[in-house]
Amino acid sequence: MSKVRTSPHFKEKLMFTKKMKKDYTILSPMMCPIHFRILRPAFMRAGYKVELMENEGPDVIQKGLKYVHNDICYPCSLITGQMLATMESGKYDPNKVAMIITQSGGGCRDSNYINLMRKAFERAGYPNVPFISANTWNMEYAPGIFLSPITMMQAVAGLVYGDCLTLISNQVRPYEVNKGETDALLDKWIEKIGKIFTKGRGYTAHAMNKNLQAMCKEFSEIEIKKVPKVKVAIVGELYLKYSVPGNNHLEEFLTEQDCEYFIPTVLGFGAYKTNGALEDLRAYGGPLWKRIAMEVVMKYYFFIEDLLIKNIEKWPNFTAPERLNDLKKRANGIVHTENSMGEGWYIAAEMLELSEHGYENIICVQPFGCLPCHVAVKGMLNKVRRENPIINAVDIEYDPGATRVNQENRIKLMLSVARENLEKKTQGQV
Amino acid sequence: MKLGLDIGSTTIKAVVFDDEGNLIHESYERHYTLITEKTKEVIQGLIHKFNIDKPVICAISGSAGMGLAEKAGIPFVQEVYATKVAIGKRLPGTDVVIELGGEDAKILFLKGNLEVRMNGTCAGGTGAFADQMASLMQVSADDMNELAKDATKIYPIASRCGVFAKTDIQPLLNQGARKEDISASIFGAICNQTITGLAQGHPIEGNVVYLGGPLTFMSELRKAFDNALKLKGTCPDKSLLFVAMGAAYYATEEVDLKKALEVIESAKDSIKVSDLKPLFKDQAEYDEFIERHNKDRVERIEGRPYDGDAYLGIDSGSTTLKVVLTDDKGSILYSRYESNQGKPIDVVTQSLKEMYEKYPNATIQSSAVTGYGEDMIKAALDVEYGVVETVAHFTAAKFFLPDVEFIIDIGGQDMKCFKIRNGAIDNIFLNEACSSGCGSFLQTFASSMGYKIDEFANLGLFGQNPVDLGSRCTVFMNSSVKQAQKEGVSVENISAGLSISVIKNALYKVIRVHSADELGKKIVVQGGTFLNNAVLRAFEQEMGVDVIRPDIAGMMGAYGAALYAKELFLKSGRSHADGYNGIITAKDLQEFTYDVKSVTCNGCNNHCQLTVNSFSGGRKFIGGNRCEKPVTKKAQDDSLNLYEYKLSLLKEYNDAEKEDADGKAVIGLPLGMNMYEMLPFWYAFFKKLGYKVVTSGFSNRAMYLKGQGTIPSDTVCFPAKMMHGHIQKLIEMGVDVIFYPGMTYHFDEKKGRKNYNCAVIAGYPEVIAANTVNFGDIKFINDYVGPHEPKVFKKKIKEIMKKIPKGAELTGSDINKACEAAYSEYKSYKNKVKEQGEWIMNKAREEGKKIVLLAGRPYHADPEINHGIHKLIAGLGFAVVSEDAVTSLVDKFQTNIVGQWTFHQRLFLAADYVAKADDIFLVHLVSFGCGLDALTTDEVREILESQGKLYTQIKIDEVTNLGAVKIRLRSLVAAIESGRRAE
Repeated sequence: MSKVRTSPHFKEKLMFTKKMKKDYTILSPMMCPIHFRILRPAFMRAGYKVELMENEGPDVIQKGLKYVHNDICYPCSLITGQMLATMESGKYDPNKVAMIITQSGGGCRDSNYINLMRKAFERAGYPNVPFISANTWNMEYAPGIFLSPITMMQAVAGLVYGDCLTLISNQVRPYEVNKGETDALLDKWIEKIGKIFTKGRGYTAHAMNKNLQAMCKEFSEIEIKKVPKVKVAIVGELYLKYSVPGNNHLEEFLTEQDCEYFIPTVLGFGAYKTNGALEDLRAYGGPLWKRIAMEVVMKYYFFIEDLLIKNIEKWPNFTAPERLNDLKKRANGIVHTENSMGEGWYIAAEMLELSEHGYENIICVQPFGCLPCHVAVKGMLNKVRRENPIINAVDIEYDPGATRVNQENRIKLMLSVARENLEKKTQGQV
Repeated sequence: MKLGLDIGSTTIKAVVFDDEGNLIHESYERHYTLITEKTKEVIQGLIHKFNIDKPVICAISGSAGMGLAEKAGIPFVQEVYATKVAIGKRLPGTDVVIELGGEDAKILFLKGNLEVRMNGTCAGGTGAFADQMASLMQVSADDMNELAKDATKIYPIASRCGVFAKTDIQPLLNQGARKEDISASIFGAICNQTITGLAQGHPIEGNVVYLGGPLTFMSELRKAFDNALKLKGTCPDKSLLFVAMGAAYYATEEVDLKKALEVIESAKDSIKVSDLKPLFKDQAEYDEFIERHNKDRVERIEGRPYDGDAYLGIDSGSTTLKVVLTDDKGSILYSRYESNQGKPIDVVTQSLKEMYEKYPNATIQSSAVTGYGEDMIKAALDVEYGVVETVAHFTAAKFFLPDVEFIIDIGGQDMKCFKIRNGAIDNIFLNEACSSGCGSFLQTFASSMGYKIDEFANLGLFGQNPVDLGSRCTVFMNSSVKQAQKEGVSVENISAGLSISVIKNALYKVIRVHSADELGKKIVVQGGTFLNNAVLRAFEQEMGVDVIRPDIAGMMGAYGAALYAKELFLKSGRSHADGYNGIITAKDLQEFTYDVKSVTCNGCNNHCQLTVNSFSGGRKFIGGNRCEKPVTKKAQDDSLNLYEYKLSLLKEYNDAEKEDADGKAVIGLPLGMNMYEMLPFWYAFFKKLGYKVVTSGFSNRAMYLKGQGTIPSDTVCFPAKMMHGHIQKLIEMGVDVIFYPGMTYHFDEKKGRKNYNCAVIAGYPEVIAANTVNFGDIKFINDYVGPHEPKVFKKKIKEIMKKIPKGAELTGSDINKACEAAYSEYKSYKNKVKEQGEWIMNKAREEGKKIVLLAGRPYHADPEINHGIHKLIAGLGFAVVSEDAVTSLVDKFQTNIVGQWTFHQRLFLAADYVAKADDIFLVHLVSFGCGLDALTTDEVREILESQGKLYTQIKIDEVTNLGAVKIRLRSLVAAIESGRRAE
């Protein structure tokens, strides 16, 4: 590629070099606590010192507000705050850390989080911290990052394990007889998979089948008392669905409120995004090689997706998520599946899916002013409710200024309606 | 016996039912945010009245009751749900409930499956909003209701949040609009907010019940709802108590109230820990601070007889009016600082009369006026000069600190900050609608807690543990304060926290500084808000610098205006035109009268609401206009305005008035968002295929209101909201097909990484499809297409055409020809714009005119969306071009942001073009709520500033305060004039 001219304001990007790999600590924001804890050993094995940032609080929020544009989405401002607060914590040598952040390359603002964070670091006085872009489109080059096939396969396997553990533990925990048993088992499994990864194993289809079955079995053996509980699904913007500081400890709150909750899988979202890229190629054309490559990736995704889902489906006591192709059918007549910017058609389809599996009480989490969410969440709620009137949904916006009290009050309203419906349902059964 | 308590944001309500279900007790009182204490009182009262000595069935509800209920172990019922329960018991036939409370608004749809909506992050359109607006007009809420009865017209007021609405109402007040009309407009705004913000596309029909304080007390508000909903709602008996009654009905658990009371009493509220430092450690630190600031004074010789030359400065601000008379050395002879009471002319004439009385022998040589009311006061009192606020403040600041580098002014409603570079105003930061009102926020909050503003601020000086309230929109701050109070934080610490928040808001939200160094060391702070030592201290602490706060901080605009008048008077050789005295004479002032009329201008599509003020002496002032037409009676010359040219081109792509359908199917194109650029393409395409093609036309207010009820997201950008109106317009027109395709991609101009549309544009056809329920027989086409890839596009559009009448008969060759026509028309349109742009720039250069590149997006050409800003700029003497006129003239270059949106990439290219030219200036139009502009603003600024050019940004929304826009533009003019490029 010929070199494109630059404007005087342009700043060369600092690359993560091979030399840095040796003694730099790579800091990553914690998005999905279960998944990331599972993945970390895989990257450690590959020689990367990865640490996860879980800090939160007013200082984190303030730092985010101070160094990024205040109209940017909450995840960006929050993560930047986490990063800068970590820099100042004294835990790491500021000259020996690198930051890693995802970059989707889609039409959403998240393609630019990394650049906004660079700007923020520059202003905050850390111009020498390299940023690593985690993306699948080769958007930025980092000579120090090379992932072996085993690491990549472990990464995929880690997502599968994480999704499975999330799904099944969430379905057992609310009903456990001995408090804390589910989480203890969860911790045990996270540790166990970590050890397997460290040994360079655990990524083959065979190993995954074996481990997933063992997980499902052990979680099934936890003693439970099945009482009717309000069942809630959390859908919405990817980061906020999972991140604890992001959604103001939503999972804890729902546990306090005595609910069972369902959080969709990371893998499912990945499949949706891959499908989106493929569908773009189908709808608008593009180089043949790219299309062939994407078709192959899609096939692989379907294989992995099936691996996860069929292992859960074997256990009638667990609700498994639907496969992407079934979800697509649900979108039919509601929203075009070519609409794949941000959360695109996915959330509408998910709401219809989950409501049919007993999770008709839905919390849609979204950053305040999120562009795709105007379409994918708020734009779709009316239609989805018309489609399936039992859906009892509330959309909650997250923002540095939004108070937890207000958010929880709105959720409580949704739960009141849910409880009334639950009562009617259980009375009907008697 | 059953007890129900409703602890709301402003009131506590209690009800008791006996065992037969009769209401035997009801109470309704304000709690003045002393929630814990007042609740105790109420419970004690109940225990006493009913001799309660054993557990009773009881529940608490209400937005402020949640934490308290948990603590005391009393069951909590979510308040909307409580309403639902009460309605079910008392008014079973109800379909919809609209309930407005102090700070919340709710709609319950009861028919069919229960659906409930309540306000989320936005607290606009509530009782608190009505109160705020009433106090802005200096009437009580009851008076406002009375006033509204005599309204004759409704002004558009942004209903989204209190802060927005304030910026609309203030100029109306200043322009002399009738309070009766404004009152009714405020009620209309509350209605609009509730309908768009909450109903979000869900129709409100059937039996509608109004509940809650504002709807109970204000008959005109109910009427406004009746009118907007076209039905007659009822406000039932006990409408204030439904939540409390619902709590009681729902309650099943017995509670030992005495025990609960003990818990409430003993529970030491968990105080929020923050790491904010106290403003002052101790008295000594405070004393040192006071002494330091006491030095920055201007000499005052008020009351001493004076018979020399004098200069008058007037600052007609949004809420206050300031008058300063100086002698020839800049000492102050006379000064007034007062509320403008919504009638600035009356207030200022009063002051001038007093001034003339005190100084009968002084010769007022010249005068100048600044501020929002500048034009009106200038005309009314025959003031010699009008001066833009930034220049007035700069002039005053220089008096105290000749080499000042940064000036920040926080007034009641507005915040102005600017940097000084090379003796000229460089970078201006004004608060956009969202973060404004900081000074008045302190005021409002002080009075809601029963304090005077200075008393309240002073309480904070020695708060040892200031509460952290964040730094966002004041509406959000409001709920943070509520939360802090609930947690029992002391008034001292709340006050200190508020002062710190005001400053943080100014620094991080408006100016967006990252470190103190950026502002320089020589800072002058001014504006009434800084007279509060707590705010001043918070600023110094946050920035880590000592600043200058003049003793006349509140009057710097007026003082600067006086100095400015003096400067110009001396420069002009101390003379005036014949018969002019520099200001209205004492004699004329005695006989001064004026009259205000409100009319609608029909000069163009904007239909501005004009207020025509006629003054004695034949002077006149017209307010509310966006162009010079109503003033000069002549149409503005638009020949050097590319925006007008674009509109004139686009207008032609419409058969509505050109031809009869003649049996042809009629295709309707909604003229909003990306259709502004795609119109030539689709028009040519369908024309070629033999259809009649009509558009919804340019936007206007009436059109917006038509679609308002179907908008699902209250925070999406205005251009998107407007789209709903366009769709409704087409439905009304009775077209056969509405064609609004989804376009993830725009054409690739090969200047960025990709050619996306923004997510809202890309997906909006889906939103329209999902939320429009009245298409009837009209076919709505919103399939995805990608004209940027012609080959695939042709196939896709052929498929789509099959859904359109007669479309199935089309052959491949028909489609090919139509596509050819479409691509060629698009290209031709783009070329025309480009060529006309070049012609305008050349012509302007020939005539020595400066050029403004008004950079936005294609749909910013819409007159309702840009509010006529392009005309305003042209009116200031600039030639105006748009971003798409120059983008093809600039080579691709690398930006710090990944540029992957075609429309936004043009902004970077335009900035680069402007940065390299001498006589062209960039004004960046930003849609409020545009997420992508959060990225582009900084990048465009950096591109310009790294090459020594000015950056000016204008945020536009549903209603835009053109006053603030004018300040920016005039300051730009002032900066250009002071020869910044000469360096």
